[in-house]
Amino acid sequence: MHRNRSESVIGHAILVVGSLMALYPFASILSLAFTPRSERPSGFQIPTHPTLENFAAAWTQGGFGRALFSSAVVALGVVLGSIVLSAIAGYAFATMTFPGKTLLAGFLLIGLVMPYEGLIIPLYYMLGDLGLLNTYWALILPQIATSVSLGVFWMRTAYEGVPRGLLDAAQVDGATRWAAFRKVYLPLSMPAIATLATLLFLFTWNEFLMPLVLVAQNPDVQTAPLALSFFAGNTRNFNASVIAAAAVLVALPVLVLYIFLQRRLITGIVAGAVKE
Amino acid sequence: MTEARGALPPRPVRGRNRIQWSAYLYLAPALAFYVVFMIRPVVESAWISLFEWDGITPATSVGLANYVEVLTDAKFWTAVSHAMVFILFYAALPILLALVVVGVISRITVRGLAFFRAVLFVPYILSSVVVAIAWRWVYDLNGPANTFLRAIGLDSITCAWLGDFDTALPAVGLDRHLGDVLAGVRPFRQRHPEDLHRPVRGRPTGRRRPGPGVLRGHPARPAGRAAGGAGADDHRRPAQLRHRVEHHRRRPGTSTTVPSYYVYRDAFVTREVGRASTQSVLITVLILAMVGIVMAVMRDRSGAPRQRRRNRAPEQV
Repeated sequence: MHRNRSESVIGHAILVVGSLMALYPFASILSLAFTPRSERPSGFQIPTHPTLENFAAAWTQGGFGRALFSSAVVALGVVLGSIVLSAIAGYAFATMTFPGKTLLAGFLLIGLVMPYEGLIIPLYYMLGDLGLLNTYWALILPQIATSVSLGVFWMRTAYEGVPRGLLDAAQVDGATRWAAFRKVYLPLSMPAIATLATLLFLFTWNEFLMPLVLVAQNPDVQTAPLALSFFAGNTRNFNASVIAAAAVLVALPVLVLYIFLQRRLITGIVAGAVKE
Repeated sequence: MTEARGALPPRPVRGRNRIQWSAYLYLAPALAFYVVFMIRPVVESAWISLFEWDGITPATSVGLANYVEVLTDAKFWTAVSHAMVFILFYAALPILLALVVVGVISRITVRGLAFFRAVLFVPYILSSVVVAIAWRWVYDLNGPANTFLRAIGLDSITCAWLGDFDTALPAVGLDRHLGDVLAGVRPFRQRHPEDLHRPVRGRPTGRRRPGPGVLRGHPARPAGRAAGGAGADDHRRPAQLRHRVEHHRRRPGTSTTVPSYYVYRDAFVTREVGRASTQSVLITVLILAMVGIVMAVMRDRSGAPRQRRRNRAPEQV
Protein backbone atom coordinates (compact mmCIF):
# COMPACT_ATOMS: atom_id res chain seq x y z
CA MET A 1 0.00 0.00 0.00
CA HIS A 2 2.92 2.32 0.51
CA ARG A 3 2.77 3.88 -2.88
CA ASN A 4 4.49 6.96 -1.91
CA ARG A 5 6.11 8.22 1.20
CA SER A 6 5.02 11.82 0.86
CA GLU A 7 1.43 10.80 0.32
CA SER A 8 1.55 8.94 3.57
CA VAL A 9 3.02 11.90 5.38
CA ILE A 10 0.42 14.27 3.96
CA GLY A 11 -2.39 11.91 4.83
CA HIS A 12 -1.26 11.59 8.40
CA ALA A 13 -0.70 15.31 8.67
CA ILE A 14 -4.29 15.92 7.58
CA LEU A 15 -5.51 13.49 10.19
CA VAL A 16 -3.43 15.04 12.93
CA VAL A 17 -4.59 18.54 12.06
CA GLY A 18 -8.18 17.37 11.90
CA SER A 19 -7.89 15.65 15.27
CA LEU A 20 -6.41 18.76 16.83
CA MET A 21 -9.24 20.85 15.46
CA ALA A 22 -11.78 18.36 16.73
CA LEU A 23 -10.30 18.22 20.19
CA TYR A 24 -9.11 21.76 20.64
CA PRO A 25 -12.35 23.47 21.69
CA PHE A 26 -13.04 20.93 24.37
CA ALA A 27 -9.41 20.82 25.45
CA SER A 28 -9.43 24.60 25.77
CA ILE A 29 -12.40 24.66 28.14
CA LEU A 30 -10.96 21.71 29.99
CA SER A 31 -7.78 23.66 30.58
CA LEU A 32 -9.81 26.75 31.42
CA ALA A 33 -11.86 24.80 33.94
CA PHE A 34 -8.73 23.78 35.81
CA THR A 35 -7.26 27.27 35.78
CA PRO A 36 -7.59 29.20 39.02
CA ARG A 37 -9.95 32.13 38.72
CA SER A 38 -7.21 34.55 39.60
CA GLU A 39 -5.12 33.63 36.59
CA ARG A 40 -5.65 34.71 33.07
CA PRO A 41 -5.41 31.66 30.86
CA SER A 42 -3.99 31.92 27.40
CA GLY A 43 -5.74 28.89 26.04
CA PHE A 44 -2.55 27.27 24.84
CA GLN A 45 -1.00 25.86 27.94
CA ILE A 46 -1.73 23.32 30.60
CA PRO A 47 -2.65 25.10 33.83
CA THR A 48 0.39 25.43 36.06
CA HIS A 49 -1.62 25.36 39.26
CA PRO A 50 -4.55 23.09 38.48
CA THR A 51 -7.49 23.54 40.78
CA LEU A 52 -10.88 21.99 41.33
CA GLU A 53 -12.42 25.15 42.74
CA ASN A 54 -14.26 25.92 39.52
CA PHE A 55 -15.89 22.53 39.49
CA ALA A 56 -16.95 22.92 43.09
CA ALA A 57 -18.40 26.35 42.36
CA ALA A 58 -20.24 25.17 39.25
CA TRP A 59 -21.59 22.12 41.03
CA THR A 60 -22.99 24.04 43.97
CA GLN A 61 -24.22 27.10 42.06
CA GLY A 62 -25.66 25.31 39.08
CA GLY A 63 -27.39 22.37 40.68
CA PHE A 64 -25.84 20.05 38.15
CA GLY A 65 -26.26 16.98 40.31
CA ARG A 66 -29.99 17.28 39.91
CA ALA A 67 -29.73 18.15 36.23
CA LEU A 68 -27.54 15.14 35.48
CA PHE A 69 -29.97 12.93 37.36
CA SER A 70 -32.89 14.35 35.35
CA SER A 71 -31.03 13.76 32.12
CA ALA A 72 -30.39 10.18 33.14
CA VAL A 73 -34.04 9.58 34.04
CA VAL A 74 -35.28 11.04 30.77
CA ALA A 75 -32.69 9.29 28.64
CA LEU A 76 -33.30 5.92 30.25
CA GLY A 77 -37.05 6.33 29.93
CA VAL A 78 -36.81 7.24 26.27
CA VAL A 79 -34.34 4.47 25.50
CA LEU A 80 -36.35 1.76 27.25
CA GLY A 81 -39.68 2.87 25.81
CA SER A 82 -38.41 3.30 22.26
CA ILE A 83 -36.54 0.01 22.23
CA VAL A 84 -39.50 -2.02 23.45
CA LEU A 85 -41.88 -0.42 20.95
CA SER A 86 -39.39 -0.55 18.07
CA ALA A 87 -38.32 -4.12 18.70
CA ILE A 88 -41.91 -5.30 18.53
CA ALA A 89 -43.01 -3.18 15.57
CA GLY A 90 -39.83 -3.87 13.60
CA TYR A 91 -40.55 -7.57 13.91
CA ALA A 92 -43.86 -7.16 12.11
CA PHE A 93 -42.19 -5.23 9.31
CA ALA A 94 -39.39 -7.75 8.95
CA THR A 95 -41.27 -11.04 9.10
CA MET A 96 -44.96 -10.57 8.43
CA THR A 97 -47.18 -9.93 5.45
CA PHE A 98 -50.06 -7.58 5.90
CA PRO A 99 -52.02 -5.08 3.87
CA GLY A 100 -50.68 -1.55 3.91
CA LYS A 101 -47.17 -2.59 4.86
CA THR A 102 -45.44 -0.33 2.36
CA LEU A 103 -47.80 2.50 3.18
CA LEU A 104 -47.20 2.21 6.90
CA ALA A 105 -43.45 2.02 6.38
CA GLY A 106 -43.63 5.20 4.33
CA PHE A 107 -45.77 6.81 7.00
CA LEU A 108 -43.15 5.98 9.64
CA LEU A 109 -40.39 7.18 7.36
CA ILE A 110 -41.74 10.72 7.60
CA GLY A 111 -40.67 10.70 11.23
CA LEU A 112 -37.04 10.34 10.20
CA VAL A 113 -36.96 13.75 8.62
CA MET A 114 -39.55 15.68 10.59
CA PRO A 115 -38.01 18.73 12.24
CA TYR A 116 -38.95 19.27 15.86
CA GLU A 117 -39.95 22.81 15.00
CA GLY A 118 -42.89 21.34 13.14
CA LEU A 119 -44.45 19.79 16.21
CA ILE A 120 -43.17 21.60 19.24
CA ILE A 121 -45.93 24.22 19.45
CA PRO A 122 -48.97 21.91 19.55
CA LEU A 123 -46.97 19.51 21.67
CA TYR A 124 -46.56 22.22 24.23
CA TYR A 125 -50.27 22.97 24.44
CA MET A 126 -51.21 19.30 24.34
CA LEU A 127 -48.92 18.42 27.22
CA GLY A 128 -50.22 21.46 29.03
CA ASP A 129 -53.77 20.15 28.70
CA LEU A 130 -52.64 16.81 30.03
CA GLY A 131 -50.99 18.53 32.97
CA LEU A 132 -47.64 17.05 32.03
CA LEU A 133 -45.67 20.20 31.32
CA ASN A 134 -42.57 20.52 33.49
CA THR A 135 -42.59 16.83 34.36
CA TYR A 136 -40.37 14.01 33.15
CA TRP A 137 -43.27 12.72 31.07
CA ALA A 138 -43.23 15.87 28.98
CA LEU A 139 -39.80 14.86 27.75
CA ILE A 140 -40.10 11.09 27.73
CA LEU A 141 -43.37 10.58 25.85
CA PRO A 142 -42.71 12.82 22.82
CA GLN A 143 -39.13 11.67 22.47
CA ILE A 144 -40.24 8.06 22.40
CA ALA A 145 -42.53 9.07 19.56
CA THR A 146 -39.74 10.80 17.69
CA SER A 147 -37.42 7.85 18.22
CA VAL A 148 -39.63 5.02 17.02
CA SER A 149 -39.13 5.84 13.36
CA LEU A 150 -35.43 5.29 13.61
CA GLY A 151 -35.96 2.40 16.01
CA VAL A 152 -38.40 0.50 13.85
CA PHE A 153 -36.27 0.72 10.73
CA TRP A 154 -33.19 -0.11 12.70
CA MET A 155 -34.75 -3.23 14.21
CA ARG A 156 -36.24 -4.27 10.91
CA THR A 157 -32.78 -4.18 9.40
CA ALA A 158 -31.42 -6.22 12.26
CA TYR A 159 -34.17 -8.83 11.98
CA GLU A 160 -33.64 -9.10 8.26
CA GLY A 161 -30.13 -10.20 9.07
CA VAL A 162 -31.54 -13.20 10.91
CA PRO A 163 -31.75 -16.18 8.52
CA ARG A 164 -35.35 -16.94 7.58
CA GLY A 165 -34.55 -20.60 8.11
CA LEU A 166 -34.47 -20.00 11.84
CA LEU A 167 -38.02 -18.71 11.83
CA ASP A 168 -39.11 -21.70 9.75
CA ALA A 169 -37.34 -24.04 12.13
CA ALA A 170 -38.94 -22.42 15.14
CA GLN A 171 -42.34 -22.70 13.57
CA VAL A 172 -41.82 -26.31 12.64
CA ASP A 173 -41.13 -26.83 16.30
CA GLY A 174 -44.46 -25.28 17.05
CA ALA A 175 -43.31 -21.89 18.19
CA THR A 176 -45.79 -19.10 17.78
CA ARG A 177 -44.82 -15.85 16.10
CA TRP A 178 -44.41 -14.25 19.47
CA ALA A 179 -42.29 -17.12 20.79
CA ALA A 180 -40.08 -16.96 17.71
CA PHE A 181 -39.68 -13.26 18.38
CA ARG A 182 -38.75 -13.74 22.01
CA LYS A 183 -36.58 -16.83 21.66
CA VAL A 184 -34.96 -16.35 18.26
CA TYR A 185 -35.10 -12.82 16.91
CA LEU A 186 -34.62 -10.84 20.07
CA PRO A 187 -31.56 -12.69 21.37
CA LEU A 188 -29.91 -12.62 17.95
CA SER A 189 -30.52 -8.90 17.63
CA MET A 190 -29.00 -7.90 20.94
CA PRO A 191 -25.93 -6.23 19.40
CA ALA A 192 -28.14 -4.09 17.19
CA ILE A 193 -30.32 -3.23 20.16
CA ALA A 194 -27.29 -2.22 22.18
CA THR A 195 -26.11 0.12 19.44
CA LEU A 196 -29.56 1.58 19.03
CA ALA A 197 -29.82 2.11 22.77
CA THR A 198 -26.49 3.91 22.83
CA LEU A 199 -27.48 6.18 19.96
CA LEU A 200 -30.86 7.03 21.43
CA PHE A 201 -29.26 7.69 24.77
CA LEU A 202 -26.88 10.14 23.18
CA PHE A 203 -29.57 11.94 21.19
CA THR A 204 -31.85 12.22 24.17
CA TRP A 205 -29.09 13.36 26.45
CA ASN A 206 -28.08 16.13 24.07
CA GLU A 207 -31.56 17.21 23.00
CA PHE A 208 -32.07 20.87 23.63
CA LEU A 209 -35.23 22.25 22.06
CA MET A 210 -37.67 19.91 23.81
CA PRO A 211 -36.46 20.55 27.35
CA LEU A 212 -36.17 24.24 26.53
CA VAL A 213 -39.83 24.48 25.65
CA LEU A 214 -41.39 21.74 27.72
CA VAL A 215 -39.71 21.82 31.13
CA ALA A 216 -38.04 25.22 31.33
CA GLN A 217 -40.04 26.18 34.41
CA ASN A 218 -39.12 23.35 36.66
CA PRO A 219 -35.49 23.23 37.82
CA ASP A 220 -36.10 19.75 39.20
CA VAL A 221 -36.71 18.36 35.75
CA GLN A 222 -34.33 20.43 33.65
CA THR A 223 -31.87 18.29 31.76
CA ALA A 224 -28.15 18.88 31.91
CA PRO A 225 -27.70 20.80 28.63
CA LEU A 226 -30.63 23.05 29.52
CA ALA A 227 -29.32 23.67 33.03
CA LEU A 228 -25.92 24.41 31.53
CA SER A 229 -27.45 26.84 29.10
CA PHE A 230 -29.29 28.68 31.88
CA PHE A 231 -26.21 28.62 34.03
CA ALA A 232 -24.01 30.08 31.33
CA GLY A 233 -26.69 32.67 30.63
CA ASN A 234 -27.29 33.67 34.21
CA THR A 235 -23.71 33.96 35.18
CA ARG A 236 -22.41 36.05 32.41
CA ASN A 237 -20.53 38.24 34.82
CA PHE A 238 -19.07 35.28 36.57
CA ASN A 239 -15.76 33.84 35.71
CA ALA A 240 -15.45 32.03 32.43
CA SER A 241 -13.59 29.29 34.26
CA VAL A 242 -16.68 28.34 36.25
CA ILE A 243 -18.80 28.12 33.13
CA ALA A 244 -16.12 26.03 31.50
CA ALA A 245 -16.13 23.72 34.50
CA ALA A 246 -19.90 23.41 34.25
CA ALA A 247 -19.63 22.54 30.58
CA VAL A 248 -17.06 19.86 31.39
CA LEU A 249 -19.35 18.43 34.06
CA VAL A 250 -22.21 18.17 31.60
CA ALA A 251 -20.02 16.64 28.91
CA LEU A 252 -18.41 14.14 31.21
CA PRO A 253 -21.08 11.40 31.31
CA VAL A 254 -21.33 11.39 27.53
CA LEU A 255 -17.55 11.34 27.16
CA VAL A 256 -17.21 8.43 29.57
CA LEU A 257 -19.91 6.55 27.71
CA TYR A 258 -18.15 7.36 24.47
CA ILE A 259 -14.79 6.11 25.65
CA PHE A 260 -16.29 2.75 26.52
CA LEU A 261 -18.64 2.43 23.61
CA GLN A 262 -17.00 4.46 20.87
CA ARG A 263 -16.70 1.65 18.39
CA ARG A 264 -20.36 0.84 18.79
CA LEU A 265 -21.37 4.49 18.58
CA ILE A 266 -19.40 5.30 15.49
CA THR A 267 -20.69 2.22 13.72
CA GLY A 268 -24.15 3.21 14.76
CA ILE A 269 -23.91 6.80 13.67
CA VAL A 270 -22.55 5.76 10.31
CA ALA A 271 -25.06 2.95 9.81
CA GLY A 272 -27.97 4.99 11.03
CA ALA A 273 -27.06 7.90 8.89
CA VAL A 274 -30.64 8.19 7.74
CA LYS A 275 -31.36 9.88 11.01
CA GLU A 276 -28.94 10.82 13.63
CA MET B 1 -43.43 -28.71 22.22
CA THR B 2 -44.83 -30.23 19.04
CA GLU B 3 -48.41 -31.36 19.07
CA ALA B 4 -49.41 -34.50 17.28
CA ARG B 5 -48.27 -33.41 13.93
CA GLY B 6 -46.71 -36.54 12.64
CA ALA B 7 -49.69 -37.64 10.64
CA LEU B 8 -50.25 -34.35 8.93
CA PRO B 9 -48.65 -33.67 5.58
CA PRO B 10 -45.93 -31.09 5.83
CA ARG B 11 -47.84 -27.88 5.60
CA PRO B 12 -46.33 -24.74 4.21
CA VAL B 13 -44.40 -23.60 7.21
CA ARG B 14 -44.28 -19.94 6.72
CA GLY B 15 -47.00 -18.04 5.07
CA ARG B 16 -44.87 -15.57 3.27
CA ASN B 17 -47.90 -14.84 1.18
CA ARG B 18 -50.44 -15.39 3.90
CA ILE B 19 -51.69 -12.27 5.57
CA GLN B 20 -50.90 -12.05 9.24
CA TRP B 21 -53.45 -9.79 10.78
CA SER B 22 -51.67 -10.00 14.10
CA ALA B 23 -49.00 -7.76 12.55
CA TYR B 24 -51.18 -4.80 13.45
CA LEU B 25 -51.01 -5.78 17.08
CA TYR B 26 -47.24 -5.65 16.91
CA LEU B 27 -47.36 -2.28 15.24
CA ALA B 28 -50.06 -0.72 17.36
CA PRO B 29 -48.07 0.50 20.38
CA ALA B 30 -45.33 2.16 18.34
CA LEU B 31 -47.81 3.67 15.90
CA ALA B 32 -49.96 4.95 18.74
CA PHE B 33 -47.05 6.91 20.19
CA TYR B 34 -46.00 8.05 16.75
CA VAL B 35 -49.46 9.29 15.82
CA VAL B 36 -50.30 10.93 19.13
CA PHE B 37 -47.01 12.71 19.80
CA MET B 38 -45.63 13.20 16.32
CA ILE B 39 -48.19 13.19 13.53
CA ARG B 40 -50.98 14.83 15.46
CA PRO B 41 -48.88 17.83 16.52
CA VAL B 42 -47.64 18.26 12.96
CA VAL B 43 -51.19 18.33 11.64
CA GLU B 44 -52.22 20.61 14.45
CA SER B 45 -49.43 23.01 13.57
CA ALA B 46 -51.01 23.38 10.16
CA TRP B 47 -54.39 23.97 11.80
CA ILE B 48 -53.11 26.59 14.25
CA SER B 49 -51.34 28.35 11.40
CA LEU B 50 -54.78 29.38 10.13
CA PHE B 51 -55.50 31.36 13.27
CA GLU B 52 -54.38 34.45 14.99
CA TRP B 53 -53.84 33.36 18.55
CA ASP B 54 -51.93 34.55 21.57
CA GLY B 55 -52.03 31.17 23.29
CA ILE B 56 -54.47 32.29 25.96
CA THR B 57 -57.53 34.07 24.69
CA PRO B 58 -59.76 32.55 22.01
CA ALA B 59 -58.24 32.40 18.59
CA THR B 60 -59.45 34.15 15.48
CA SER B 61 -59.59 32.34 12.19
CA VAL B 62 -57.68 34.32 9.62
CA GLY B 63 -57.42 31.87 6.75
CA LEU B 64 -54.13 32.12 4.96
CA ALA B 65 -53.36 35.60 6.21
CA ASN B 66 -50.50 34.32 8.34
CA TYR B 67 -48.90 32.78 5.28
CA VAL B 68 -49.26 35.98 3.33
CA GLU B 69 -47.78 37.90 6.21
CA VAL B 70 -44.82 35.55 6.67
CA LEU B 71 -44.09 35.01 3.02
CA THR B 72 -44.06 38.73 2.32
CA ASP B 73 -41.89 39.41 5.33
CA ALA B 74 -38.37 40.16 4.21
CA LYS B 75 -37.04 39.06 7.56
CA PHE B 76 -38.37 35.57 7.06
CA TRP B 77 -36.64 35.23 3.73
CA THR B 78 -33.44 36.55 5.16
CA ALA B 79 -33.68 33.90 7.84
CA VAL B 80 -34.27 31.24 5.21
CA SER B 81 -31.24 32.40 3.30
CA HIS B 82 -29.19 32.17 6.49
CA ALA B 83 -30.42 28.64 6.98
CA MET B 84 -29.24 27.86 3.48
CA VAL B 85 -25.81 29.20 4.30
CA PHE B 86 -25.76 26.94 7.33
CA ILE B 87 -26.76 23.99 5.24
CA LEU B 88 -23.90 24.81 2.93
CA PHE B 89 -21.48 24.85 5.82
CA TYR B 90 -22.96 22.02 7.80
CA ALA B 91 -23.76 19.63 5.01
CA ALA B 92 -22.27 20.44 1.63
CA LEU B 93 -18.84 21.64 2.70
CA PRO B 94 -18.11 18.80 5.15
CA ILE B 95 -19.15 16.24 2.55
CA LEU B 96 -16.87 17.81 0.01
CA LEU B 97 -14.05 17.93 2.52
CA ALA B 98 -14.73 14.37 3.56
CA LEU B 99 -14.48 13.19 -0.01
CA VAL B 100 -11.16 14.91 -0.52
CA VAL B 101 -9.68 13.60 2.71
CA VAL B 102 -10.98 10.10 2.16
CA GLY B 103 -9.48 10.29 -1.29
CA VAL B 104 -6.10 11.14 0.19
CA ILE B 105 -6.03 8.70 3.05
CA SER B 106 -7.50 5.79 1.16
CA ARG B 107 -4.28 5.69 -0.81
CA ILE B 108 -2.13 5.14 2.23
CA THR B 109 -2.01 2.84 5.21
CA VAL B 110 -3.16 4.89 8.13
CA ARG B 111 -1.51 4.17 11.40
CA GLY B 112 -3.95 4.37 14.28
CA LEU B 113 -7.02 4.68 12.13
CA ALA B 114 -9.29 3.66 14.99
CA PHE B 115 -7.77 6.35 17.17
CA PHE B 116 -8.25 9.08 14.60
CA ARG B 117 -11.76 7.95 13.97
CA ALA B 118 -12.62 8.08 17.65
CA VAL B 119 -11.07 11.51 18.10
CA LEU B 120 -12.68 13.02 15.03
CA PHE B 121 -16.09 12.05 16.34
CA VAL B 122 -15.71 13.80 19.67
CA PRO B 123 -17.33 17.11 18.67
CA TYR B 124 -20.20 15.19 17.25
CA ILE B 125 -21.16 13.44 20.46
CA LEU B 126 -20.90 16.48 22.69
CA SER B 127 -23.98 18.47 23.53
CA SER B 128 -24.35 21.50 21.32
CA VAL B 129 -24.45 23.65 24.42
CA VAL B 130 -21.02 22.41 25.46
CA VAL B 131 -19.66 22.93 21.98
CA ALA B 132 -21.14 26.41 21.91
CA ILE B 133 -19.58 27.31 25.24
CA ALA B 134 -16.23 26.03 24.05
CA TRP B 135 -16.34 28.08 20.90
CA ARG B 136 -17.57 31.12 22.70
CA TRP B 137 -14.44 30.89 24.79
CA VAL B 138 -12.16 30.25 21.85
CA TYR B 139 -13.53 33.33 20.10
CA ASP B 140 -13.68 35.44 23.23
CA LEU B 141 -12.05 38.82 23.01
CA ASN B 142 -9.36 37.49 25.33
CA GLY B 143 -9.71 33.94 24.16
CA PRO B 144 -7.26 31.66 22.40
CA ALA B 145 -8.05 32.78 18.87
CA ASN B 146 -7.07 36.36 19.56
CA THR B 147 -4.23 35.36 21.85
CA PHE B 148 -2.79 33.34 19.04
CA LEU B 149 -3.13 36.16 16.55
CA ARG B 150 -1.45 38.58 18.93
CA ALA B 151 1.31 36.08 19.55
CA ILE B 152 2.14 35.93 15.88
CA GLY B 153 1.92 39.66 15.52
CA LEU B 154 -1.42 39.97 13.84
CA ASP B 155 -3.01 42.24 16.43
CA SER B 156 -4.64 44.17 13.67
CA ILE B 157 -7.08 41.43 12.77
CA THR B 158 -8.11 40.41 16.26
CA CYS B 159 -11.77 41.03 16.84
CA ALA B 160 -14.87 39.87 18.60
CA TRP B 161 -15.20 36.92 16.30
CA LEU B 162 -18.74 36.04 17.14
CA GLY B 163 -19.76 39.52 16.16
CA ASP B 164 -18.76 38.60 12.68
CA PHE B 165 -20.96 36.22 10.80
CA ASP B 166 -18.24 35.26 8.37
CA THR B 167 -15.56 34.34 10.87
CA ALA B 168 -17.45 32.28 13.41
CA LEU B 169 -19.40 30.15 11.05
CA PRO B 170 -16.83 28.22 9.05
CA ALA B 171 -14.82 27.26 12.08
CA VAL B 172 -17.82 25.98 13.98
CA GLY B 173 -19.07 24.12 10.97
CA LEU B 174 -15.71 22.52 10.41
CA ASP B 175 -15.31 21.50 13.98
CA ARG B 176 -18.69 19.93 14.24
CA HIS B 177 -18.32 17.88 11.15
CA LEU B 178 -14.79 16.72 10.89
CA GLY B 179 -16.03 13.47 12.32
CA ASP B 180 -17.63 12.84 9.00
CA VAL B 181 -14.33 12.84 7.29
CA LEU B 182 -13.55 9.26 8.11
CA ALA B 183 -17.12 8.15 8.19
CA GLY B 184 -17.43 9.03 4.56
CA VAL B 185 -20.37 10.83 3.21
CA ARG B 186 -23.27 11.20 5.53
CA PRO B 187 -26.68 11.90 4.14
CA PHE B 188 -29.08 14.50 5.32
CA ARG B 189 -29.05 15.37 8.96
CA GLN B 190 -32.30 15.44 10.70
CA ARG B 191 -32.16 15.38 14.37
CA HIS B 192 -29.82 18.17 15.25
CA PRO B 193 -29.69 20.13 12.08
CA GLU B 194 -29.89 23.44 13.79
CA ASP B 195 -29.02 22.79 17.33
CA LEU B 196 -26.12 25.16 17.24
CA HIS B 197 -28.50 27.90 16.45
CA ARG B 198 -31.44 26.73 18.41
CA PRO B 199 -33.42 29.52 19.89
CA VAL B 200 -33.77 30.70 23.39
CA ARG B 201 -35.95 29.77 26.30
CA GLY B 202 -39.39 31.10 26.74
CA ARG B 203 -41.89 31.45 29.45
CA PRO B 204 -44.69 29.27 28.28
CA THR B 205 -47.94 29.84 30.11
CA GLY B 206 -50.62 29.39 27.49
CA ARG B 207 -53.79 27.45 27.99
CA ARG B 208 -56.15 26.86 25.17
CA ARG B 209 -55.89 25.85 21.60
CA PRO B 210 -57.68 27.81 18.94
CA GLY B 211 -61.33 27.06 18.64
CA PRO B 212 -63.98 29.01 16.88
CA GLY B 213 -62.82 32.17 18.49
CA VAL B 214 -63.93 35.73 18.46
CA LEU B 215 -61.38 38.34 19.16
CA ARG B 216 -57.82 38.34 20.08
CA GLY B 217 -57.07 39.90 23.39
CA HIS B 218 -53.77 41.58 22.73
CA PRO B 219 -52.53 43.76 20.00
CA ALA B 220 -49.40 42.61 18.31
CA ARG B 221 -46.41 42.93 20.55
CA PRO B 222 -44.08 45.79 19.88
CA ALA B 223 -41.48 44.86 17.37
CA GLY B 224 -38.70 46.09 19.59
CA ARG B 225 -39.23 43.19 21.86
CA ALA B 226 -38.62 40.76 19.11
CA ALA B 227 -35.10 41.89 18.53
CA GLY B 228 -33.66 40.24 21.55
CA GLY B 229 -36.22 39.92 24.25
CA ALA B 230 -36.02 43.38 25.74
CA GLY B 231 -39.50 43.13 27.15
CA ALA B 232 -40.02 45.43 30.09
CA ASP B 233 -42.44 43.08 31.78
CA ASP B 234 -39.92 40.36 31.81
CA HIS B 235 -37.53 40.96 34.59
CA ARG B 236 -35.06 38.17 34.21
CA ARG B 237 -35.03 37.61 30.53
CA PRO B 238 -33.37 40.42 28.59
CA ALA B 239 -29.67 39.97 29.06
CA GLN B 240 -30.03 36.30 29.52
CA LEU B 241 -32.03 35.94 26.41
CA ARG B 242 -29.80 37.91 24.20
CA HIS B 243 -26.86 36.13 25.55
CA ARG B 244 -28.37 32.79 24.92
CA VAL B 245 -29.29 33.72 21.42
CA GLU B 246 -25.66 34.37 20.85
CA HIS B 247 -24.48 31.33 22.51
CA HIS B 248 -26.71 28.95 20.73
CA ARG B 249 -26.74 30.61 17.43
CA ARG B 250 -23.15 31.65 17.77
CA ARG B 251 -23.77 35.12 16.48
CA PRO B 252 -25.29 38.31 17.68
CA GLY B 253 -28.41 40.27 17.06
CA THR B 254 -30.98 39.42 14.46
CA SER B 255 -28.71 39.86 11.50
CA THR B 256 -28.19 36.13 11.21
CA THR B 257 -31.37 34.53 12.50
CA VAL B 258 -32.71 31.30 11.10
CA PRO B 259 -36.40 30.46 10.68
CA SER B 260 -36.57 28.11 13.65
CA TYR B 261 -35.56 30.99 15.86
CA TYR B 262 -38.63 32.90 14.76
CA VAL B 263 -40.78 29.87 15.47
CA TYR B 264 -39.55 29.79 19.01
CA ARG B 265 -39.71 33.51 19.55
CA ASP B 266 -43.17 33.96 18.12
CA ALA B 267 -44.61 30.96 19.90
CA PHE B 268 -43.12 31.33 23.35
CA VAL B 269 -41.79 34.84 23.69
CA THR B 270 -43.99 37.22 21.76
CA ARG B 271 -46.88 34.75 21.72
CA GLU B 272 -48.03 35.08 18.17
CA VAL B 273 -48.74 31.41 18.08
CA GLY B 274 -50.52 31.37 14.74
CA ARG B 275 -47.67 33.12 13.04
CA ALA B 276 -45.18 30.82 14.73
CA SER B 277 -47.08 27.78 13.54
CA THR B 278 -47.14 29.18 10.04
CA GLN B 279 -43.39 29.41 10.07
CA SER B 280 -43.03 25.95 11.54
CA VAL B 281 -45.20 24.57 8.74
CA LEU B 282 -43.09 26.37 6.16
CA ILE B 283 -39.89 25.02 7.71
CA THR B 284 -41.31 21.52 7.69
CA VAL B 285 -42.35 21.79 4.07
CA LEU B 286 -38.97 23.20 3.13
CA ILE B 287 -37.10 20.43 4.91
CA LEU B 288 -39.28 17.68 3.52
CA ALA B 289 -38.84 19.12 0.05
CA MET B 290 -35.08 19.22 0.41
CA VAL B 291 -34.98 15.68 1.73
CA GLY B 292 -37.11 14.66 -1.20
CA ILE B 293 -34.68 16.27 -3.60
CA VAL B 294 -31.68 14.67 -1.95
CA MET B 295 -33.32 11.26 -2.01
CA ALA B 296 -34.37 11.64 -5.61
CA VAL B 297 -30.86 12.61 -6.62
CA MET B 298 -29.38 9.69 -4.70
CA ARG B 299 -31.82 7.30 -6.28
CA ASP B 300 -30.95 8.51 -9.75
CA ARG B 301 -27.29 8.12 -9.09
CA SER B 302 -27.19 4.73 -7.50
CA GLY B 303 -30.32 2.70 -7.88
CA ALA B 304 -32.35 2.45 -4.72
CA PRO B 305 -30.12 3.52 -1.87
CA ARG B 306 -32.71 3.12 0.80
CA GLN B 307 -33.21 -0.46 -0.17
CA ARG B 308 -29.55 -1.19 0.13
CA ARG B 309 -29.21 0.49 3.44
CA ARG B 310 -32.05 -1.47 4.84
CA ASN B 311 -30.50 -4.76 3.86
CA ARG B 312 -27.32 -3.99 5.66
CA ALA B 313 -27.21 -5.15 9.21
CA PRO B 314 -26.21 -2.27 11.48
CA GLU B 315 -23.45 -4.26 13.05
CA GLN B 316 -21.55 -4.98 9.90
CA VAL B 317 -20.51 -1.52 9.04
